[in-house]
Amino acid sequence: MITLEHVDKKYIEHHALKDVSLDFPKNETTVIIGPSGSGKSTLLRAINLLELPEKGHLKFDDLDIDFSQPISSKQQFQLRRKSGMVFQNWNLFPHLTVLQNITEGPRAVLKQSKTVAENAAKKLLELVGLPDTANRYPNQLSGGQQQRISICRALAMQPEYLLLDEPTSALDPELEIQVLRVLKDLAAQKQSMIVVTHNMEFARLVADRIVFFEDGQAIYNGASKAFFDHPEGRIKAFLEAISLESDEAADSNLS
Amino acid sequence: MLHTIVTSVPELLKAGIQYTIPLALISFFFGLILAVLTAVVKLMPKPGHKLPKLGWRILQAIFAFYVWLFRSTPLLVQLFIIFFGLPNAGIELPAFLAAVVTFSLNTGAYASETIRASISSIPNDQWEAAYTLGMKRPQILMRIIFPQAMRIAIPPLSNSFIGLVKDTSLASSITILEMFTVSQQITAKNYEPLLMYTIVAAIYAIFCSVLTYLQHYLEKRTSKYLSKDGAHH
Ligand SMILES: Nc1ncnc2c1ncn2[C@@H]1O[C@H](COP(=O)(O)OP(=O)(O)OP(=O)(O)O)[C@@H](O)[C@H]1O
Ligand SMILES: [Mg+2]
Repeated sequence: MITLEHVDKKYIEHHALKDVSLDFPKNETTVIIGPSGSGKSTLLRAINLLELPEKGHLKFDDLDIDFSQPISSKQQFQLRRKSGMVFQNWNLFPHLTVLQNITEGPRAVLKQSKTVAENAAKKLLELVGLPDTANRYPNQLSGGQQQRISICRALAMQPEYLLLDEPTSALDPELEIQVLRVLKDLAAQKQSMIVVTHNMEFARLVADRIVFFEDGQAIYNGASKAFFDHPEGRIKAFLEAISLESDEAADSNLS
Repeated sequence: MLHTIVTSVPELLKAGIQYTIPLALISFFFGLILAVLTAVVKLMPKPGHKLPKLGWRILQAIFAFYVWLFRSTPLLVQLFIIFFGLPNAGIELPAFLAAVVTFSLNTGAYASETIRASISSIPNDQWEAAYTLGMKRPQILMRIIFPQAMRIAIPPLSNSFIGLVKDTSLASSITILEMFTVSQQITAKNYEPLLMYTIVAAIYAIFCSVLTYLQHYLEKRTSKYLSKDGAHH
């Protein structure tokens, strides 16, 4: 279980996280949604220590990181071992083949042998439906394929949690579906995930829990069903604002 | 004229193989090591966990001073100071070693900027992706950043190397019998400066052309992953 307690982060001119306390239960998919600039990426990146809040605690199972103290490289390492990150622009290593991209972490960090790492990588490639791409370079793949490879790269480290920051925002709709299907399968296998997304259909179908983020604060944190079935106030306004349908149509669609 | 060419070219080539080429190769090798070291020290402003912050800053200042010093003084003067000057301070180096030291330090100062720039040009995304896998900074540099930075650094580093090959002719002024020195000696005997210096120029040009060819080969090799096809291996 990941728990954030009173996490506070200020950029020079912006208060990005305002005393955020949240937990992310294991074996569930939590989807974070909210307006642009509300602090979703900052929150997700803080869980992987890519951003460092000034205050608060990040608890990950028995690990307790106090943001007000300097973080030792050992703590940092232990924490990153437990979670895998998937980026909006996938950030594959361009100079490595698909197979090398996936085996890089296991080999460099876990010191796995080449054979062991490659066998595991090939299984992952099958899982995401790309068994024939092992020897290609990222540059020779479509965006949707690259994103699926980057999910493999993260999974190869066998993380407890998978963190995904808008994994499909840079993709065309039909490529987006390929990636979302992979995530849906992972959710069905009870992989713990935290996903930032603007895709409401995905949130509705896959999320166990929703966190609605606005202006540096979590306004909603709870079951997915209740979020979509009975939206109120700001949440209702947000869902309507991003929907093409009229109010009535949206209502009937949601029920 | 033909006779002059036939007799002088082998002599010049011998000097080239004996002094010019080793001088350039050895100096470039050490220069590169120094350059990478300098670039890495300069690029590590993040609070170092191992070294205390002050120690790190002093180290950075030393390297910055070194780069400044060697970039803002003429190579020939550096050569004179190290070979003719240092004996006064009790440091006596044989001519060849003095040349290697000077050329290495000089190349290192220039190349460090090339390497620093090429490392900085790799997007931060690559660091982040590697960090999230749990990789450590030195590992990331070696496995992720350097291989990509190399592709960018090869053309300017080739420039430095080609420059160095030509600059070895300055070693003639500290008694080293490299190609240019030998061409001067031959000229002193046959009084054909135009012909002799043209010949030696041509040999330098041939050496540098080989290097240019090598540069293109390396560029192709290190850019393999960027092509849209034919990268299967
Ligand atoms: N490095 C930074 N320096 C200063 N301000 C920043 C920095 N990074 C983010 N911010 C600000 O912090 C706020 C939260 O940013 P964040 O990227 O977390 O938003 P987000 O919810 O992920 O938005 P989006 O949906 O557009 O990705 C924004 O107002 C942004 O301008
Ligand atoms: Mg974001």
